[in-house]
Order: sequence, then C-alpha cells, then structure tokens
Amino acid sequence: MSKAGWTRIAAFGFALSLILAWQVLADLRLISPIFFPSPARAAAVLVARFADGSIWTPLVATGLRMLFGWLLASLIGILIGAAIGSSRITRLLLEPTLEFLRPLPASAMIPVAVLFLGLSNAMSLSVIAFGAIWPVLLASVHGFSTVQPELRQVSDVLGFGRGAFLRKIALPSALPDIMAGLRVSLAISLILAVVTEMQASLPGLGWEIFYAQRVYRSPDLYAGLILLGVMGYCANHLLMRFESRMLRWRKTKL
Amino acid sequence: MGRLAIGSILPILFLLVWEAANRTGVLTLESLSRPSDILVAGVAGLRDGSILLATVQTFETALLGLAIAAIAGILVGAILGLSPVLERITGPTIESLRPIPAVAFMPLVLMMFGFGISMEATIVAYACVWPILIVTISAVQAIEPRLLEVADVLEMPVTDRLRKIVFPSAFARINVGLRVATGIALVVAVTVEIVLNPRGLGYSLVLAQQSLNVGAMYAQLLWLCVVGYVLNAIIRNAGPGAPVTFWRPVQ
Repeated sequence: MSKAGWTRIAAFGFALSLILAWQVLADLRLISPIFFPSPARAAAVLVARFADGSIWTPLVATGLRMLFGWLLASLIGILIGAAIGSSRITRLLLEPTLEFLRPLPASAMIPVAVLFLGLSNAMSLSVIAFGAIWPVLLASVHGFSTVQPELRQVSDVLGFGRGAFLRKIALPSALPDIMAGLRVSLAISLILAVVTEMQASLPGLGWEIFYAQRVYRSPDLYAGLILLGVMGYCANHLLMRFESRMLRWRKTKL
Repeated sequence: MGRLAIGSILPILFLLVWEAANRTGVLTLESLSRPSDILVAGVAGLRDGSILLATVQTFETALLGLAIAAIAGILVGAILGLSPVLERITGPTIESLRPIPAVAFMPLVLMMFGFGISMEATIVAYACVWPILIVTISAVQAIEPRLLEVADVLEMPVTDRLRKIVFPSAFARINVGLRVATGIALVVAVTVEIVLNPRGLGYSLVLAQQSLNVGAMYAQLLWLCVVGYVLNAIIRNAGPGAPVTFWRPVQ
C-alpha cells in the first residue's frame, strides 16, 4: 500500500484509539458517569433520536438560525463594505465608529437586544448579525478598496456608471476577499446561534445541551456537542466548495 | 480637519439627537435611557470601583485560559510541526474537534467544575488553543531546514532543540497566533459570564439589564467597547510578527 494510504489508516486509528480510551475511562468509572458517559451511550442517544426523528426539529432550528443570521450579516456587511471601500467620504465618516464597535463581544449585545426585542428569534438574529458582520465587512472593505486601477480605467472607457462599476467590476474583483470573510462569519454565526439559544431558551441544539445539563442527562449533552461539531464542519465544507465554484474564473486567469 | 474629527461627526450627531428626542418627549422608551444618564451611571460605576473590579475578574480569567492554551498549543504545535507523520495522523482528529463551538462546552464544564474561575478559564483555553496550535504547526514547519540539520549534527536532545532552535526561529509567527487568541479570550470570557458564570463584566452587564438599570447597562457596554479597543490596539502590533487582522484566518 502507498505511504499516503498508511497515514490515512493511522489517522483513522488515532481517532479510534481516542474514542476507545474514552470508552475504557468511562467503563473504569474513575469519573462519575453522570459527568462522563461512555461514547457508546452518547452514540446510542444519537441513534435513537435520529431513529424516532426527534433530532430534526432542534437541528433544523439551529441550522436556520445560523443561516438567516449569517445571510443578514453578509448582506449588510457587503453593502456597508462596498460603501466604505469605494468612497472616501463614507470611509472617513464611518470607519472610526466601526473600529470602536468592532472589539465589542457580540454576546454583550444580548442584554440590549433582549430589552428591545424580548426573548425572540428576532433578538437572536440581530445578535448573530451583529457578531458575524465584522469578518465580511472588513473583507469587503479590503476587497472593494483594492480594485486594480486598470479595471477602473476600463470601466471609465466603457462608460459605466457607478452602479454598473460596483456590480460588474468591483464586486467580482472583491469576491475572493469576501468569500474568505464569509467563511469566518459562518463559524461565528453558529457560535452565536448556540449562545442566544442558551440565553433566551429558544428551541435548538444549544438549548438542548443546556437543558440536558440541567436534568443531568449527560449522554444527551455529549450527543448534542457531537452534532454541533458535525454541523460546523459541514457548513464550512459546503461553503468552501461553493467558494471554489464561484471563483473558478480565477484559476483560468492564473 | 483631522480623521478623528470627521469620524466623530456621526456618533456625536447620533448622541445629540438621542438626548434631544428623549428630553423633548418624542422618544421615551424605557429601554433607551439617555446619553447624559449613561454618562452619570458610568462615572458612578467607575468611582465606586464596581466596573474596575468586574474588569479585573474578567481579565484574570481570560489570561489564565490564554496561558493554558498558549502552553498546550505551542508545545503540541511544536511537536506536530517537527514531525509531519504525527501531524498527518492527528490532523483529522484536530480538524473534527475544532469546529465545535467552545461555548457549547459551557454546560459540560459547569457540571465538572461548578461556577467560578476554573470553568470559565477552561472554555477560554479551549477556544484559544486552536489558533495557537495551528499557527505554531505552520511556523515550525516553515523553519529553515538547515537550522534543524545543524541541530542534528550537534546531536541536540529534543528539549535543547526546542529551546535553542525551534522557539527562537518560529516565535515571530507564533506570536501572531497568540495575539489572535488574546482577542478571542476576552470575547469568550465575556460570553461565558453573560450566559452562565456569575462574575466579571458580562455578568454585571446582564444584572444591569435584568434589574432594568438601563443607564448602567449602556455604560458598561461602552466600557466594554473601550476595553476591547485598547486591548486590540495593544495586540495589533505587540511584539514581532505581522500586524493582526481579525477576519482572515492566519495561514
């Protein structure tokens, strides 16, 4: 077998041996099984919940929350980013304020959002949007402000107006930057979806984990953690595939 | 006109309109307070020391978690960076653990440690270890191979090799990861305090909101902005390595 094949088997073996070590440690009962259930029990919970279909409601709820919050952040982020990146005046007016707001942990907006919107989905979405906007925004500002001067001249020669320039030239040229920002934003969206669910008792995986701890059902808790990991992993991979599809034109250029 | 002056036009206008709208009775939402009350609440909080105490609590936890993450991340990262085989074997496991949001561990860690500094620091450490680990691996892999050949010729033991060759030459890049992690540490610490842990800035923010002490709530939010801004200004250029941009995962 090839060397790469062996490493792959070894990598699989490493992951497997960690899970086995977890199982052995749990069976030895060094730590109370209340906190530290065996992986077999966590897996059993997963299988049972997938079998009776009760896992789909929270899974879909968290997924949609993440998706809509992310879309909102992306839309606003790209729009503001385009405005700042392509106009010196908006940049001067807005940048200091944004620089001041950016380091604020998004979760700190939860109390404010709760005051205005209550313990609702709108609260959750606005907090996700606030937190997830920064990577897209900074990336779009960077992308839109570094459009090559030659491209700008081309658009002048072709007699493009401002709108056409932004849509047909600046946006595609900023897209690689924006896509990289979008991926970071997606990861943040999942985190904030979980946090807002815990804080506001909104339905979803975050709340399920929280609840499992309250009633000391730790296998459920671990099952929820595993699912969240899978979700983050899948979301990132889907977006990476989408990214390489959207940016196919770049490869032909190089 | 300076950049700062132009940049402060909009916020000042916003505050003036807010204050005026509230004073004239156009806008009297209970959730809004008004800028002058926020200022008063902020000064009161700073003078009686409650805000500073909360800041110290948050920072000591964030730093503890960061220290744990730095030690673990740099050590493991150096080993994996030196051994490509080990890196490829552990890679998939690391990649599948990394996307689990650190905050999702809150209930689990709460069961293990109860409330207090150790549960919060654990979650901060989990969140911070990944950027440090990944940057360290790539930093160590980027070390000039001839330096490592010198170590081979000198028959250095592993500890000497790490101390005398690996860390000095990889430090500038590792430092970038450390600075990214510092930003994450503060955010995660505040998040844990808001959701769960009754101490620090996050908790006092939630407390102010839940007791409808709106002025104090906004004052603390502003304080968090200031603290985060100062911290960012420090870490953006602290020590060797490229300036940190927070949106782009460091390669």
